[in-house]
Parts: sequence; C-alpha cells; structure tokens
Amino acid sequence: MWPLIPFRWINRRRHCFTVSKVVCVQQLHSSSTEFANIHYDGLYPGHIPTTTVQKALLSIGSGVAALQNPYRHDMVAVLGETTGHLALIKLRDRMRNDPEGYAVLTERPRIRLSTLDLTKMASLPDGSFGREYLRFLEDNDVTPDSRADVKFVDNEELAYVMQRYREVHDFLHTLLGMPTNMLGEVAVKWFEASQTGLPMCALGAVLGPLRLNASRLQSLFTSLGPWALQNGRCARCVLSIFYERRWEQSLEDLRRELNIEPPPVIPKAKKKT
Amino acid sequence: MAASVRLLVRQAIRLSHRNITVTAAGVSARPSCRCFSESAEERSTHFGFETVSEAEKAKRVYKVFENVAQKYDIMNDAMSLGIHRLWKDMLLHAMHPQPGARLLDVAGGTGDISFRFLEYVRFQRERQQRRAVRFGQTLSLQDISNSYSTIETDGPRESTAVVCDINKEMLKVGKEKAESLGITAGLSWVVGDAEELPFDDDQFDIYTIAFGIRNVTHIDQALQEALRVLKPGGRFMCLEFSKVTNPLLARLYDAYSFQIIPVLGEVIAGDWKSYQYLVESIRKFPSQEEFKSMIEDAGFYCVQYYNFTGGVVALHSGFKL
Repeated sequence: MWPLIPFRWINRRRHCFTVSKVVCVQQLHSSSTEFANIHYDGLYPGHIPTTTVQKALLSIGSGVAALQNPYRHDMVAVLGETTGHLALIKLRDRMRNDPEGYAVLTERPRIRLSTLDLTKMASLPDGSFGREYLRFLEDNDVTPDSRADVKFVDNEELAYVMQRYREVHDFLHTLLGMPTNMLGEVAVKWFEASQTGLPMCALGAVLGPLRLNASRLQSLFTSLGPWALQNGRCARCVLSIFYERRWEQSLEDLRRELNIEPPPVIPKAKKKT
Repeated sequence: MAASVRLLVRQAIRLSHRNITVTAAGVSARPSCRCFSESAEERSTHFGFETVSEAEKAKRVYKVFENVAQKYDIMNDAMSLGIHRLWKDMLLHAMHPQPGARLLDVAGGTGDISFRFLEYVRFQRERQQRRAVRFGQTLSLQDISNSYSTIETDGPRESTAVVCDINKEMLKVGKEKAESLGITAGLSWVVGDAEELPFDDDQFDIYTIAFGIRNVTHIDQALQEALRVLKPGGRFMCLEFSKVTNPLLARLYDAYSFQIIPVLGEVIAGDWKSYQYLVESIRKFPSQEEFKSMIEDAGFYCVQYYNFTGGVVALHSGFKL
C-alpha cells in the first residue's frame, strides 16, 4: 500500500448496552468517531448504501484525492470498495472452493490487537509465523487496528472479504518478508494485484513506482517485481488461510504450503525512531 | 410591562403543551421513572430523517459539528460552489449596519458573518469620516473649532460583534481564522446555547443566525431568546436553507443534494454521515411562510423574507418593537 504511516487510531471497541425505549429497539453504541453506528441501516455495521451514481462519483473523487495525497488511507480504501465488486466476487468464490477458506468465510475471524495474544506470540520460537509477525509489527511500528471499516460494499459477505483482504495485508508483509517502506509496499501491491485482481491494487501497483528513486526502481523491475508477480499468480489464495490458527507453524513451512518463494532481496527496513 | 406579561402567558401555554405531550408519551414509557417535569428522553424530534429523542439530537448535532469543524469552510465552498459567500454578502447588504451597531452572531461558528459585519462598518466609518472632512472644508473657523472639541470628548461608539456558538471546535476554527485574517478589534467569542443565551436583556442591535437555526432542537425557544437579547428596535435576521419554489429546480436541487453532497463529504472531509444529516435536516426545516409565522409568534414585527437562488436559501427578518 502507500507509505504506511502508523495510523494510530483509537482501538475501536463496541460497547453494547441495550436501551429499551417506547419502541423496543436494540442499539449498538460505538465509541468510534462514526457516531452513525448507533443505529445502522444497512447490511452490516458501518454500511452506507449508495446508488450507482454515487459509487461512480466516489470512485473518481477518492481516486483523485488518493493521488493528490497518498496518506489519505481512507480514500484508498473507498477506491478499493467502489471499484472492486467483480474482483471481490471472484475472491469470494475462490475462498468458497477452498476448505480452509470456507472455514474463514463461515467463522469470520477479525484481526485486532484485542483478539491477539501478544505474550503467547512473543514466547513462540524464532522462525515461527507468530513470532515473525510480531517482529514485523515491532520493527515497522504498525498496529493491526489501523484498518478502516468497509462502508460501500453492498453485500455483507463481500464486505467481509474486503475487510479480510485489508487485515491480511500485514500478514502478507510477513510472508513476503517486505518492510513497510515504499519499495516494500509496492512489491506487496504487485503481489496483491496479480493475486486478487482488485483495481485499486492495480492502480497502486502502477502509480507506486513513480515515487521510487532510480536504484529502487531498478531493484523493483529486475528482481523484486517479477518475483512478486510470479508468486502472486502461483500462490494459493492468501485470504483462504486461517492465520489465527497457524501462529506456531514455521514461516518457511507456511511459505512452502502457500507456494511462495522467499524474497530475492530484502529492501532495508525503515529505521525505528 | 405588557410585553413581559405576554411573554409569561406564552411561556405558560408552552409549558402546558409540554405537559400534555409528556403524559401522552408517559403512559407507554418506563413506568418506574415517570417524572412530572418534562423529560427530554421521552419527547422525540427529528435528526435528519431519523427520529430521536431531544437529548439525543443535541448530542448528535454537537458531534456532527465537532467532526466537520476543520473542513467546514472548504466544504461550504465545495458544496455551494462558492455561492454561500454571495448569500452572506447579501445578508450584510440587507442588514446595512451603521457604525456603532452591536451584533450578536448566534451559531456563528467560523465567524463568516461577523468578519463581514466588521469590515462593512469599518468601510461605513471610513466613508463617514471622508464625508466629514469634505464637509468640514466649507465651515467657518468657529464651526471647525467646535467640531474639534466634539471629536476629542465624544468619541464615536465602536461596533462590536459577538460570535456565540454551542460548539467549541467551531469557535476554535473561527478564532484561528480571525487571527490569520488579522481581525481582532471589536470581536469576541462566547460559548452559548441559542435556546439559553448567556446575555442580559436588551443588549444587541442586530441578531443574526446563519445556517444554524435548523440545528436547534427548540426553534421557538431560540426565537424567544433572540427577542429577549435584542434592544427595542433591534433586528432579527436569519439566513437558512428553505423550500425551493420552482419544481424543476427542486428536482435538480434534490438530486444534487442527495447524490453529490454526501460524496463530497466523504471525499473531502472523510465523513459521509454528517453531510447526509445536513441535506436531510434541510428538508425537515419549515417552509418560508411557516417560519415567518413562527417568528411572528415569538413576538417580532414586520417579518419579511427574501428568497435567494430560487428559494434554496431564505433570509427572514423581523424587528423587536
């Protein structure tokens, strides 16, 4: 994705308390800035139903806004949601045809700091998926809670697929061994574009390299890029993996299972400030 | 005397109305906490197209403006294509304030009306002074010396503008804007509720509320307060979105409001829901004639309204006599 500025949003907790009023309506009260979650009309919390015209305008507007200011993660998210309908359907079907993917679709796990057992993960041996993921989070100073909720997808299951795609992004970084600097993000974008076919990924893959300097561009086009594309095509669908049950698995083992080769060269990670 | 008696009678009627509605709702409400005084949780009102309790509405409106404060001015320009500036200029021209006037700008938020007011009176003052100089050049020496002494001792009264808003974020943005524009003299910023203004009676020459009154939970109370704080002879002016008269324009306006404005809100401010509320609240506001009668009921005289842009915006004006 675009340079991942640690987006330290407040960890969204949903406080549920029922207030029985004259007409008995159950209300969900959210402490997030989206006060509208208090009463949601739509297919899922946070859903905003939109017409085709509005979706078209949103995709153009968010595209322009994201290009002007790549730090507007919410605009990148909106662009993905409004343009990704067909790709999401294909992804969902791929997940359904895979037994583990089907389990993910039915159980709907969400990746949040509140659901991760960080101490247990820290105690896992080096080289295990859980330990490496934690190391990735620490080295790059990111948190899994910075993903925006899906708003404009008009199908509840596809909205989950989109949400899962966003949350799996960090796991992809770990699996591919890419840091969150510009080159690493572009490499992950190329992988995602070839795997998922989401137009937003394709756009990011095309426009991301414009911000790289010459040496990094060279590294991208000669080794990292082809590797990412190749692996994106051949790898198993990364959304179909139930990562939450595989913390103890060795990273190498997981890569082999997913058909992902280790990276040819690792771009230097951001220096931790 | 008669005015205050009239006020008391009106308040008594209002209170009795409230008690009637509360008992009607109270029958089906939680029996364990039936209160004799009116309860804001039990009376419902509208929040856009949604029905909420009155206490809820106030909270949610506060939240909306807290969220949009930073991008408020940019969004105004984007949504109205800059035309809101013309509307506000027309308000000032209708107001035609004279130097020395005291303005209360309620729901003034980012200060647009107050800035324009101060600039207008400053311009008027300069014009007056130029005129005085020109006039002074044909006076006799005796008259000139007299006028010098009056200038020294009897200084002209300075115009002041008070910006009052319930939302601290909006006031914060307004203050920053004032600083960047270099406007400080004669301007003050007060946190206050339009339904219960923190000012004494008979204080101001002009009371304005621009694009704010539709967010007030009890519009009639806000009008009462406006009457109270105005001096006798003072003017009440309200700029607000209203009903479009032309049916074709109304269709275009609706399509634009519901299709495009929330999208703009999402793209520019990252907040769809607040701008959805905005366009819905416009639809829920009374029509020009209805609002005119509300203003008359509150006790204002010579109430008139002017439509701008085919009724998209209406300027209502009344006098306290």
